[in-house]
Amino acid sequence: MIRYVIRRLLWACVLFLAVTVITFLIFFAVPVNPAALVAGKGASPTEVKHVAHLLYLDRPLYMQYLHFLDQLVLHHNLGFSFGNRQSVNTIVLGAAPVTASLVIGGAILWMAVAIPVGIYSALHPRSKGDRVAMVGVLTGISAHPVWVGLMLSYVVGYLLGWLPIQGYANLSASPWPWIEHMILPWITFAYLYSAYYVRMIRSTVMETLNEDYVRTARAKGAPERVVMSRHVLRNAMLPVVTMLGMDIAVALGGAVFVETVFGLPGLGWYAIQSVDNFDLPTIIGVVVFASLAVIVLNLIVDLLYAWIDPRIRLT
Amino acid sequence: MPLLDVRDLKTHFRTDDGVVRAVDGVSFSVEKGKTLAIVGESGCGKSVTCMSVMGLNPRQNTQTTGEALFNGRDLLRLPPDELRKVRGNEISMIFQDPMTSLNPVQTIGAQLREAVMLHGDASKKQAHSRAVEMLKAVGIPRAETRVDDYPHQFSGGMRQRVMIAMALINNPDLLIADEPTTALDVTTQAQILKLMNELQRDFGSAIILVTHDLGVVAETADEVLVMYAGRAAERGGYADIFYRPEHPYTWGLLGSLPRLAQQGGDLKPIPGSPPSLLRPPSGCRFRLRCPYAMAICEAEQPPLAPVADGSAHLTACHLEPEQRRAESERLVGAMMAEAR
Repeated sequence: MIRYVIRRLLWACVLFLAVTVITFLIFFAVPVNPAALVAGKGASPTEVKHVAHLLYLDRPLYMQYLHFLDQLVLHHNLGFSFGNRQSVNTIVLGAAPVTASLVIGGAILWMAVAIPVGIYSALHPRSKGDRVAMVGVLTGISAHPVWVGLMLSYVVGYLLGWLPIQGYANLSASPWPWIEHMILPWITFAYLYSAYYVRMIRSTVMETLNEDYVRTARAKGAPERVVMSRHVLRNAMLPVVTMLGMDIAVALGGAVFVETVFGLPGLGWYAIQSVDNFDLPTIIGVVVFASLAVIVLNLIVDLLYAWIDPRIRLT
Repeated sequence: MPLLDVRDLKTHFRTDDGVVRAVDGVSFSVEKGKTLAIVGESGCGKSVTCMSVMGLNPRQNTQTTGEALFNGRDLLRLPPDELRKVRGNEISMIFQDPMTSLNPVQTIGAQLREAVMLHGDASKKQAHSRAVEMLKAVGIPRAETRVDDYPHQFSGGMRQRVMIAMALINNPDLLIADEPTTALDVTTQAQILKLMNELQRDFGSAIILVTHDLGVVAETADEVLVMYAGRAAERGGYADIFYRPEHPYTWGLLGSLPRLAQQGGDLKPIPGSPPSLLRPPSGCRFRLRCPYAMAICEAEQPPLAPVADGSAHLTACHLEPEQRRAESERLVGAMMAEAR
C-alpha cells in the first residue's frame, strides 16, 4: 500500500510537469506580445522592451520555463498577473473557495436528487414515475448549462426577484448571503450532472437487483429494506463512487459555464478572463492549481475505491 | 404427516408474448429427514417449483395457485412477513452458481452472521461462533481465520460449502438445493454430495434436491419426482424409478445415459426438444416425442395415478398398466444387459 502511494505520488509529479510544459508551450506558440499589453497602450518600444525584460519575456523559452519552475517549487510563487500585477497566488487562492463552494454544494445537491430518483426508477421500471424521470434526464443532458443558468437567472432572479442574479458573497460574515448567491448556480450546475447520475444509478441498481447474491439474501429471509441497503446498494454504488470522484475532480478545475453566467469569480472564470487578456502567469496559475486538484483527487478516489471494494488489490 | 405437502402447484408468468405456464399442476410431498430429488430437463419447471414454494418469484406478473403445506401452514398464503421468518430459518435454499451467490463486498463471516441474526436474538458474538462452528462442519480448513475472508478468496467448491453452511446454520427442517453441484467439477461434486448426506444425517433435515443429473439422484434420493414441461411425469421411490420406471420419458432419460463400457455406437437421446411453455401441446405434453403416443394422448392429459392399486409409485401415462409394465421390464432388462 505504501509503495503504491509513493509510486503514485512520483507519477503525479511527472504528470504535473507535463501539464505545465504543455500549457507553457501552447501559449508561446501563439504570436502575441504580452509585454505590450502590460506596458499599456501609450508605451514606447523601449518601455515595452523594458517591461519584457522585467517579465523575463525576452529570455529563451526554456529559461522562462525553468525560472517559472524555480519560482513555483522553491518559492511557492506563481508569479504576478500581467494584467493587474496582483500575485497569482492570491488570485488562485481566492478563486478556489468559490469554485469549491459551487462544485461541492452542487455535488451534494445532485447526489441528493440522483440517488432517490435513480433507486425509485430502478425499482419501478417503466412506471409513470420512471418515465417522468427519464424525460427529466433527457432534458438535463440536452439543456446547456448556460441556457439553464440564464433561464433561472431571468425567471427567478429578474422576473420574480427572489434571488440575486450575479456575484458571490463570502462565507465569512453570515451564511445567508452566501447561500442566496449560490442557490441558482447550484441548481444549474447540478441539473446536468444529476441527469447523468440518475441514469447511471438506475442502471447499476437494476443490474444489481438481478444478481444471485441478492436472491441469496432474500432466501435467507432478509427484509427488503436490508436486501436493498446491505446487498444491493453497497454493490451498485461502487461504480457511482468512482465516477463521482472523477467528476468532482474535473469540475474543481473550473465549472466555467456556470461561473461565467452567474459572475462567480472562481477558477473557471479567471481562466477565461486570463486567456482573453493573455495573462500568462494567471493562466498557468489556474492550470497548475486545477491539475494539482485533479491529480490529488484521482489518487484519493483510487485509494477510496480500494478501501470499499475488497476485490481490488493495489499493485 | 409429511413435512412439506405440495398440491396442484401452478405458477404462471405473464409476459409480452403471453402466459408462460412454467409449473402447471405439480404435487409432491417430502417426509422429515428424507431426500426428494426433482429431475427433469432444463426448462421443465423444477427451479420455478422451488422458488414458488419459497415465495422467491418476482411479485409482478406472476400468478401462483395451489397449496404448499409446511408444518400445517400454507406457504403460498402466508403474508410476506411470516414467510420471511420461515425462509432461512425453517426452510433454506441453496442455488446453482456458488461463484455469484455470495455478496462480494462482505466477508463470509458477516454473511453467515447475518443468516443467524435475521432469525432469533443471538448476539453478534454468538452468531460469530455459530458461523465458525458451521464452517468447520462443512469442512473449511482454518475456519477461525477464514471466516474473515471475502468470497473471492475461496474456490467454487469452497463457496458452495459456505452456502451450505449458511443454509444449515439455523437448523432448518427442510433444505432445498437447486442444482447445487451443476457448476462444479465431478470430484468436487462428489465431495459436496457426500457432505450433504452427512449433514442430513447429523442435522436431520429433509432435502429437496433439484437436478438434471440422474447420477446425482442415484446417490442421494429416497423419493424421485420426474418433471416434464411443467408437469409431473412420474413419482415414486428411488428403486421404483430406477428399476421399475413406468413412463416413456423416464425410459428415455435412463436410456440416454452414456454407458462407461460402451464401445462406439451412438448415444440414444430422446428425439425432439421440450415444448414451448407458452403454447404447450394439448393433452399429454410429452406426446410429440413419445414413441408410444396414441390418439387419447392428444385429447386428454393423463392423470398422475398409481401404477397399481395402493402403490405409492405414480405415473402420468395413458398406456395400459400391463403393457406399460411389460415394456418397462423389457427396457430395464436391455439396459442391464448392456451394462455387463
